Amino acid sequence: MLEIRNLAKSFGGVKATNDVTLDFPDGSLTAVIGPNGAGKSTFFNLITGALKPDSGQVLLDGVDLAGRSPPEIVRHGIGRAFQVASIFKSLTVQETMLAAVSADQRSSAVLHKRFPLPETRDRAEHVMELLGLAGKRNRTAATLSHGDQKLLDIALALVLEPKVLLLDEPTAGMGPEERWRMIDKVRELWETQKITVVFIEHDMDIVFKIAPKIVVLCYGRILATGTPDEIRNNSAVIDAYLGTEHAGAAA
Amino acid sequence: MTELEAGRAQRLAPVRSGAALQRYRDVLIALIAFAVLACLPLLSGSKALLDFIIRCSAYGLFATSLNLLVGYTGLTSFGHGMFFGLGAYSFGLIMQRLGVPIPVAFVATLAITAVVAAVIGAICVRLKEIYFAFVTLAFQMLIHSMILSWASFTGGDQGLRGGIPRPVFLGIDLANHVHLYVASCALLILGLLAMRQIAQSPFGYTLRMVRDNAARASFLGIDVWRAKLTVFVLAALFASMGGMVMALFVSGAYPEFAYWTISGEGIFINMLGGVSTFLGPMVGTVLLLLLNDTVTRFTEYHGIVLGVVILFFALGLRKGLLDFVAEWFAHRRDAGEGR
Repeated sequence: MLEIRNLAKSFGGVKATNDVTLDFPDGSLTAVIGPNGAGKSTFFNLITGALKPDSGQVLLDGVDLAGRSPPEIVRHGIGRAFQVASIFKSLTVQETMLAAVSADQRSSAVLHKRFPLPETRDRAEHVMELLGLAGKRNRTAATLSHGDQKLLDIALALVLEPKVLLLDEPTAGMGPEERWRMIDKVRELWETQKITVVFIEHDMDIVFKIAPKIVVLCYGRILATGTPDEIRNNSAVIDAYLGTEHAGAAA
Repeated sequence: MTELEAGRAQRLAPVRSGAALQRYRDVLIALIAFAVLACLPLLSGSKALLDFIIRCSAYGLFATSLNLLVGYTGLTSFGHGMFFGLGAYSFGLIMQRLGVPIPVAFVATLAITAVVAAVIGAICVRLKEIYFAFVTLAFQMLIHSMILSWASFTGGDQGLRGGIPRPVFLGIDLANHVHLYVASCALLILGLLAMRQIAQSPFGYTLRMVRDNAARASFLGIDVWRAKLTVFVLAALFASMGGMVMALFVSGAYPEFAYWTISGEGIFINMLGGVSTFLGPMVGTVLLLLLNDTVTRFTEYHGIVLGVVILFFALGLRKGLLDFVAEWFAHRRDAGEGR
């Protein structure tokens, strides 16, 4: 269980994350939405150690990870994928996966053996098949399509076998059809891997369709949390973010 | 269950043998290369040729080690030559002052280099790109100034004179030209083999990840700082080896060995040969030394000729020679697959 307690972060006078308290139960799927500049990415950066919070706690199974370094937090089981696919452009898909497993098995500093280590093979293979990248294993990451690069980014997080997976806009920069394919994949991963998934998404149709639980951020604060129906009919959310179109559609 | 295990074993087998095969192949190539080099004195009586290859060994070790930083890790050091100079001076001083057997001085020099590189590296590898380049250059100048000003110990601008004693060990007499030649070749081949192993190890792939995307690497649990420091020290060791070969060759050590131009030549060699293949710097070394030797014979303006050559590679090809060849092969292979 991932528990966020009174998390806060300011940049100058701007409170990017302002006293956020949230629970993400094991095996839950949660969407984080909010207007631009609401502090969604900052929220992820604070959890994963890319930024140090000013105050507050990030508890994973009772262990406080707030303010620790990214490598430490990853090792505790919080993996993330990025808004702009963050990959290793000169490595092939397969090398990327094998090297990531090496890192997770703490053999990334091994000098006397040849890469890849046999024991990294199964996990790499498994995740490549899971994300449909096995057929492109020998492609250099830089030559992959945008969508495949996003999948590779997610594969990088997933291959570490995290307890919690944070996806920062998995559908960013994709066309409508590709979006649905990606989000179906995310849902499928959540269902089959039994991990806690939190994702940021802008497309409201997608969010309302697949997320059992939604968190709305606005100016660094939690504006509302709840099921899609609750959010759709929440007047504060409609005023701040949704406008009347979605509310009308619900009614 | 057993079926699954069988399937897994099947999938694993070719991988294990693939990695092992690659290693055997590298060792085999190294053995053949060494055999060819070692037979050369029997075929040719040319002392100049052997001298040329000894210099290639010294510079080749140095330039290939620089490629571990520049090509594999993306750390562009402008001060890598300091470890070349450090190796030459440490080795020369230990031999002159302590009179220990050569292997002892060799190991002691590597130990000294490791300590110095760890201290300098700890300061430098935190810095980003251009700052890393400048601060490594600054340390290079610092070491060069120390050599110049501490004249009572280092001989100042005259260098270590009076020759480096080369006592016989294990039947190897490095005062003998052919012995020195074979020993240099052996050091070169062993050094290259060791660096090849580093480049193809899991750590080598960690370096590639750091080069491509250090932030992402840290989100995979990799301690980027430690990886950079480790490769900085490892590369320094091989540069120091190159310096020792040079000191043995000229039987002395001179301030130029620690001057920034050595680092510049290292970068130059890497640009000539290419940084995307393991042997690129070796090719660059041979090219640069050939150019140096031939051009200086014809004109005193060899600097201009070398400048034009580097401009051709940098602006014309936009890559080193071996990069160019490797890309050409990759292109041909892709075209073949497309058909």
